[in-house]
Amino acid sequence: MTSLDTRALLTASAPPRRGRRRRDRGVDPTPWWLSMTGALVAMYLILPTLFVIPMSFSSSSTFQFPPKNFSLDLYVNFFTKPVWLTSLGNSVLVAILAAILATVVGTAAAVGLDRLTGRVAGLMRTLLMVSIVTPGIVIAVAVYASFLQWHLTGSLLGYVLAHAALGVPFVLVSVTSALGGFDPALLRASASLGASPLRSFVRVTMPLISRGIVTGAIFAFVTSFDEVVIALFLRAPTFQTLPVQMYNSVTVEIDPTISAASSLIVVAVTIIFLVPQLVGTRKKNR
Amino acid sequence: MSIVKEAAVTQDTPASAEVKRGTEIRLDHVTKDYGLAVPAVDDISLTIEPGEFMTFLGPSGSGKTTTLNLIAGFETLTAGTIALNGTEVGSLPPHKRNLGMLFQNYALFPHLTVAQNVAYPLRERKLPKPEIVRKVAEVLELVQLTGRDDNFPSQLSGGQQQRVALARAIVFDPKVLLLDEPLGALDRNLRASLQAEIRRIHREVGSTFVFVTHDQEEAMNLSDRIALFNAGHLEQVGTPEALYRDPETLFAARFLGDSNVFELDERPHSATTSWHGLTWAVAPHTVAVPRPSLSHYAVVVRPEDVNVTRSASEAPRGTNAVPARVRDVEFMGSYRTLMLEFGTSGVVGRARIDASESQVALGDEVVASWSPERQRIVAA
Repeated sequence: MTSLDTRALLTASAPPRRGRRRRDRGVDPTPWWLSMTGALVAMYLILPTLFVIPMSFSSSSTFQFPPKNFSLDLYVNFFTKPVWLTSLGNSVLVAILAAILATVVGTAAAVGLDRLTGRVAGLMRTLLMVSIVTPGIVIAVAVYASFLQWHLTGSLLGYVLAHAALGVPFVLVSVTSALGGFDPALLRASASLGASPLRSFVRVTMPLISRGIVTGAIFAFVTSFDEVVIALFLRAPTFQTLPVQMYNSVTVEIDPTISAASSLIVVAVTIIFLVPQLVGTRKKNR
Repeated sequence: MSIVKEAAVTQDTPASAEVKRGTEIRLDHVTKDYGLAVPAVDDISLTIEPGEFMTFLGPSGSGKTTTLNLIAGFETLTAGTIALNGTEVGSLPPHKRNLGMLFQNYALFPHLTVAQNVAYPLRERKLPKPEIVRKVAEVLELVQLTGRDDNFPSQLSGGQQQRVALARAIVFDPKVLLLDEPLGALDRNLRASLQAEIRRIHREVGSTFVFVTHDQEEAMNLSDRIALFNAGHLEQVGTPEALYRDPETLFAARFLGDSNVFELDERPHSATTSWHGLTWAVAPHTVAVPRPSLSHYAVVVRPEDVNVTRSASEAPRGTNAVPARVRDVEFMGSYRTLMLEFGTSGVVGRARIDASESQVALGDEVVASWSPERQRIVAA
């Protein structure tokens, strides 16, 4: 999540280049204090990353900042110790499955609610959004209690179900906003041309709201990928996700490999968030 | 009700139905009730002949679009039946009815090119590729859009977009084409050229066309027959000429063209009737059939049938006459329109006179007269 905000801010608060170029004569120039505030907020948001990434190149076996020697030991650790690699694999698997499930459910809900009006639709929408405003620990306890009964703790299915539920609101929101620009007359046209409702959805609705669906899927993926509270409750010796392993690595054993893991996640998530933008620009160029 | 049925049965078949390639559409006691005070469509029975160009005309909210949507299957019937060539389709979903449809906002798929839009219904019908290519090229030629295959809809003008929509709606040879105010979003000149285009394509493809509009001029230009809607029921069905010349009700007379209206106290029983102390001759065949829902009557005269003379003695013999005062004169190019106030009644009307006629001036006292054959006594 934070990496998205960071990226947005990085691009938004470009360094003030006063004096060099004075293009917008008509508009008030940006005052110095506003640039300062912007820079400070940007610093505040990216500072953790600025610590973590240098630290990941340290050769020390404890946490150290600034790092004394440059080395790739921590990355070697990450990619050779099975405990890290397995948990990374688990996380990716859970996140992909959870994102798929959340995208299917969230898109279906958004399309369905788009046709409903009135109090029922509002109520349903609120209900589906509840997980976004509920404290993670509350959800975690509820999930833990019920999954214990259903023997889902520590299983892949358990993780996927719990994480997909967290991802649904993101898909719902992004697909709903994509549907806002969708002309329902197109569905009538499609029906009049002989397409069944399902075919119409595949050939007309989906291509036109694809950006909303992709954005929602990415949010769902990232939500699952860095979810730690529920994962802590559901973990089992046989199955744990990367955030849980990271948590263990600092609480149980003091292992600086976490800084390599963190750096990798920051880079990976940033790339993932750039995907819809790239998809968008390609469409526009056509 | 009885009038509607009679109208549907006794109307002479239009000339273009000689080639009976289209589909017959039979609406029987069709009703759509949204649970409001008045049903949106109230017990409509109407038969649209194969290959006919039928226009649903009426003010907004009169039920014409709802009726079209009922035929298309976008609305469900509250009561009644709809049959295409004798096959009941009331419960069939829209995509199984095999009807082409044109929408006011074109409803082209923005993510598909012109060619892909037109190929859409063919791909749904799983036609082989070469046939799709051939048919798309053919129909694009028919609507004069050859060479625009790879454009996206957003790169075309409104008129071009509607032509793509027209091509898409007829490419799969639907037996019926439904047109929901397709020219409503276009400017005047484009409208005229697309009207001509639609007429031409109707002649060439020979399907049944059902056209919805609130524009009486458009309806008269295009249609074989017009079904005039008013408040959810059918006011009158007939050829444009029949509706214009022989309106059954005051609503019909007022909706199509201009009229001078003289309200009567009762239905004329003899060969004469009286209005504000004047006695007028009545030709029996100009008296409309009574309607149970309408208890008043009115004499209706079209402006072009009114002669204006200086005095009653100058008026042609055997005409009905009424003194009038000229309230305004409008120059319309090929003719002049006089605004007349009849007698002392305060009733205002119009007369159309030759543009070269310069005797009449503002404020003149004149006599308006017309042949009893050209007046119509309608229910009001």
